[in-house]
Amino acid sequence: MRLTFLLLAALTLGSALLALSRRRLVHCALWVAVSFAALACLYLQLGAQFIGFAQVLVYVGAVAILIVFAILLTRSTEEPAAPAVIPGWLSGISIAVLTAGGLVVPILSSSLLPAPPAAPPMVTAQALGQELMTRYVLVLEVAGLLLTAALIGAVILALKESEGRP
Amino acid sequence: MANPLDQLFVLLKQWLVALLPVGLQPLLSMVLSAAAIIAVFASLFAVTTLLERKGLGRLQNRLGPNRTGPFGILQPLADGLKMLTKEDIVPEAADQVVHFLAPLVMVVPVLTAYAVLPMGRNMVAVDFDGGVLFFFAVGASTELSVFMAGWASRNKYSLLGAMRAIAQMISYEVPLVLASVTVVMTVGSLSLVRIVQSQSGYHWGWLARWHVFTPWGLAGLLLFLIAAAAECNRTPFDIPEGESEIIAGHLVEYSGFKYALFFLGEYLGMFAVSSLGISLFLGGWEAPVSFLTWIPSYVWFFGKLLGFISLFIWLRGTLPRLRTDQLMNFAWKFLLPMTLVNLVAAAGWHFSAGWSFPGALAWRWLFSAAVVGVPYLALGHALAGRVHLGPRSYRYAT
Amino acid sequence: MIPLQHYLVVAALLFGIGLAGALTRRNAIVVLIGIELMLNAANLNFIAFWCYGPNPQKLTGVLFALFAIGIAAAEAAVGLALVIAIYRHNRTTQLDRLDKLKG
Repeated sequence: MRLTFLLLAALTLGSALLALSRRRLVHCALWVAVSFAALACLYLQLGAQFIGFAQVLVYVGAVAILIVFAILLTRSTEEPAAPAVIPGWLSGISIAVLTAGGLVVPILSSSLLPAPPAAPPMVTAQALGQELMTRYVLVLEVAGLLLTAALIGAVILALKESEGRP
Repeated sequence: MANPLDQLFVLLKQWLVALLPVGLQPLLSMVLSAAAIIAVFASLFAVTTLLERKGLGRLQNRLGPNRTGPFGILQPLADGLKMLTKEDIVPEAADQVVHFLAPLVMVVPVLTAYAVLPMGRNMVAVDFDGGVLFFFAVGASTELSVFMAGWASRNKYSLLGAMRAIAQMISYEVPLVLASVTVVMTVGSLSLVRIVQSQSGYHWGWLARWHVFTPWGLAGLLLFLIAAAAECNRTPFDIPEGESEIIAGHLVEYSGFKYALFFLGEYLGMFAVSSLGISLFLGGWEAPVSFLTWIPSYVWFFGKLLGFISLFIWLRGTLPRLRTDQLMNFAWKFLLPMTLVNLVAAAGWHFSAGWSFPGALAWRWLFSAAVVGVPYLALGHALAGRVHLGPRSYRYAT
Repeated sequence: MIPLQHYLVVAALLFGIGLAGALTRRNAIVVLIGIELMLNAANLNFIAFWCYGPNPQKLTGVLFALFAIGIAAAEAAVGLALVIAIYRHNRTTQLDRLDKLKG
């Protein structure tokens, strides 16, 4: 159990690091897909089966493919000649390290965190559906509206100039 | 229920597992299920290649392979040997690692998808609560493997083929999922075992209660089949491969064993999607009529699967390839609206289950069929209205 | 089971990695990848707190993560469409070259 967790955590963090540090963009996209899949396995380990599958379906199946398509359509498959980072990258890294450190230190020193349960809780798809259709039905509708708006917006943004505007 | 012939493989597995100490039993159980799935579907792949070559030969008025063994039945073996002994060529400019990984990313997830497919009564490796979702989730990685193959080959035909393939797979995944959702919605479960069990029992004592025997089920199965054919790149939707236009697309730089793995992955994907269709609409392992229940459940399942495979071969031998724009138009303008309409029809069927006045069944049928049929006619008329289909004139041929 | 701290530390580190990528890379697509990773780190926290929380039957954490996944997909689609539109106008996806408004 602990070994699986350590492997998955290392895979998630390592591939995330590679995804953001490789120079070639296609490699970035492939590594981030690995990171998403490893995170889905972590969700499975926490007992959230449905979320784990949804994560693979949405992130590996859709978001990674979208990123790949964007890379192909902006012709950035080749390794860029210019440096991959902005001039002020050192300050950016230090902000990120400070943020992560500011989160990790209180987590490790906190005594308020709950004790682990004996086993991960079971959640059935049926229970999720019941909640979605009763308590969260308004949120569901709003999310559906947002997704439709995003769909139409993405199509209009990506349309060719001559067709998009009169 | 506990018919020993029906449960032959289940009992065999239980007997084998019981031979080991208790601590190792879950492990052995998993290994046995995985080994059985791999062995059965790999041999089904061999049978299918022969069946396909023979069947296509017959459809094209020729004999097909007949040199290796009696009636050419050793042809799959010869093909396999040829593939294994061929030189594995990797282009010099290729991205070596990604080029190597692409076939593996194709085959391994497809094999894991079989874990949730019930192949007979009690014959399922894992009965996940979210089985259908799991199936589509692992299927999603196929697109990534196609992209990896196309990009890593460093060949413009490869990349073009991969982009076409991904666009097609994404477009047709939407109607595929929506066609499956009708069944999930009516049954109220994502578990494939529960879905198959919900189709047990017989109307009027003889006709099975399969979902295909309802108006929305029939329409759903047809929509599912069209989307499935596109999803596994079968003719008439084999544009990504398109030998005559873009010389096999993303597969162009693959040879030897890696090419064979892609081939295996495509066929395994076809079997998996067909099995899903069988479980969703055609009652999985159930017999179609009540007096044939003495035939074991796995025979029914694999019989139906062979039927699906023959159907795909028949389609491949009969239909010409579509153009890319026709393909996309068909997916977004026809299939997607039809699957949405079908959802409404399924909901109507589900909520009219309580009707009890005389002739209720006929009214339910009429209502549900009208909900699917009227938009079908309207949509078909609107889309086909712009195309003038008349007798074709041949200028140069007589 | 593994203590909750471990999951929280993984999520915090993932957030840090995503933030570092989003702040330092020049290419707009990689910046979007970094933002996606930060969203995922938040999701991991939601799931972990749901699993270790006092009342896992309420499903609040799981549903929040579910909505977050759906909305992140929409965000990715619109973001990448914006990147493509920007590329059409300026023939570049390097963020520091998009300085037309600079005086």
